[in-house]
Amino acid sequence: MAETETEHDDGRRDFLFVATAATGAVIGGAAVWPLVDQMNPSADVLALAKIRTSIADVAEGSQVRVLWQGKPVFIRHRTPEEISEARDVPMADLKDPQTDEDRALDPEGKYLVMLGVCTHLGCVPLGDGAGDYNGWFCPCHGSHYDTSGRIRKGPAPRNLDVPAVAMIDDTTIEIG
Amino acid sequence: MSGIPQDHYEPKTTAEKWIDDRLPVVRMAFDFIAFPTPKNLNWMWIWGVMLTVFLVIQIVTGIVLVMHYTAHVDHAFASVEHIMRNVNGGWLIRYIHMNGASFFFIAVYAHIFRSLYYGSYKAPREITWIIGILIYLLMMGTAFMGYVLPWGQMSFWGATVITGLFSALPLIGEPLQTWLVGGPAVDNATLTRFFSLHYLMPFMILGLTVVHIWAFHTTGNNNPDGVSIRKSDVETTKKDTVPFHPFYTIKDMYALVLFLIFFVVMVFFMPNYLGHPDNYIEANPLVTPAHIVPEWYFLPFYAMLRAIDFDILFIDSKLGGVIAMFGSIIIMALAPWLDTSRVRSAKYRPMLRIYFWLLVVDFFVLMWAGAMPAEGLIPTISLIGTIYWFAYFLVILPVLGILETPEAQPATVEEAYKKDHPDAPAIGHNGGFIVGTGSGQTAGVGPTFGNGSAGGAATPAE
Repeated sequence: MAETETEHDDGRRDFLFVATAATGAVIGGAAVWPLVDQMNPSADVLALAKIRTSIADVAEGSQVRVLWQGKPVFIRHRTPEEISEARDVPMADLKDPQTDEDRALDPEGKYLVMLGVCTHLGCVPLGDGAGDYNGWFCPCHGSHYDTSGRIRKGPAPRNLDVPAVAMIDDTTIEIG
Repeated sequence: MSGIPQDHYEPKTTAEKWIDDRLPVVRMAFDFIAFPTPKNLNWMWIWGVMLTVFLVIQIVTGIVLVMHYTAHVDHAFASVEHIMRNVNGGWLIRYIHMNGASFFFIAVYAHIFRSLYYGSYKAPREITWIIGILIYLLMMGTAFMGYVLPWGQMSFWGATVITGLFSALPLIGEPLQTWLVGGPAVDNATLTRFFSLHYLMPFMILGLTVVHIWAFHTTGNNNPDGVSIRKSDVETTKKDTVPFHPFYTIKDMYALVLFLIFFVVMVFFMPNYLGHPDNYIEANPLVTPAHIVPEWYFLPFYAMLRAIDFDILFIDSKLGGVIAMFGSIIIMALAPWLDTSRVRSAKYRPMLRIYFWLLVVDFFVLMWAGAMPAEGLIPTISLIGTIYWFAYFLVILPVLGILETPEAQPATVEEAYKKDHPDAPAIGHNGGFIVGTGSGQTAGVGPTFGNGSAGGAATPAE
């Protein structure tokens, strides 16, 4: 009789032990989560999601940089040579194949808007025909981008990112 | 706390006994400084003390710098200039802190290569070694975050590049980077959290240092001959050892004075020699400096990061570089299990000696390659250097244990010591009091690191 009672008690103790540990783990996790989540972007940082800027002053063959979400955005007004160079490249030559038509802002390809952030480790590439492919060159680790901002040579894994851009009117774009 | 037989504190007066019964703090301190230390230690056994001193220097100067620094993107750069120009002696405190980081790394590299040469990482000191690697990783994190705080161009772009490393991880990479940085790009949120962590991590290093010392006080120090000290009883142990104080305290103080002379020369005459002029330009998120270079102590690993500029199967070049960089340190932590030789010290391992010195050369070649722009032959040199680094741990250490015929080792530390110092008078464990030992004081002046070519700042005293 006494033996069965002991076994019965052991079972209850095991259950209580597991239940306490499980509750402790859940409460511990719930307590830690705010401490982890506080490091994610705060509301004011997230609020800077969209900006509008004018492209009227960007002369052909030049580039302006605007700051969006703390990152530079390149707005380049390309020359006809740059456009044809970008569009004549066979897809097979590209590390991250993408047509220039998919990247340029307008169908003729005059404007190219993309993040000025190297997809390798986030440096700002040098523009104005820099690098082996007359587009952009990242000085940090030697990534070469062509006139469409596509990766051609070096350690970067992807083409320069093209953000969501909308034409608000003929001279104003909205990034974001 | 100690696993080595030694004399213990005996309270003599009633007052001492009264305290000892209630809080044995004097006992702890006595046993700690009287720790039996191998009598054959050479000048490569100074770096632990150098590191401890520099940790304290960094913490003390850091705490006072915080009194004048402002962690905000609009004020950080100006507040550092305020420290340099307005705060009384601020320039000196900042230059000590800045160069102190460099000297901390000089000491840690000497300490690590010492351990690799003399097999200090091998059984039974694996835990001491792994804690050491953890301390080194924390040091790297602390130094990196500290470099971001002045908010110059190198600060900003260094932070961008290094946090960018995490974006290389598949799936979780981008959210992880955003979480680390606190936004889409390095900004105020990044600066403030780095400041917080830069303050925290030195105290974590301090805690791990205590554990590191605890671990090797349990196993006993390694020594240049790599043979274990005898632990059968106090009298036998005394034949192989001397008490840490005064024998090694005086030796380490001498080394410390020499090391500090080099340090103050840097601080007073060339405080910016190891820095980058670009970091005296305030951070600008629109312009990347033409040539981003990390601080010198990160260069070998930075070279390994850049060396992988090609895809390996499904691993792209970016992730490959990150794996190479972190892997080069993780592989060191595994050295105790990769090294198959039963002999600890390279003093008795003729083949290991050659490969070890190649590893040292490799380290400096990678350091040089990391400082150069990634053009011409540099990527190839970096790749060869990276391959050798991994081959040393993954191929050479396991294979040498089988191929190599070790030279004859002395049976005991006592024997090794007598061979090197045939005329040395007996030196005793008399509670730290030396009676007419003459040259015996410099008990540790044995062979220097690697048969004569001293690796560090110190040279033999006599």
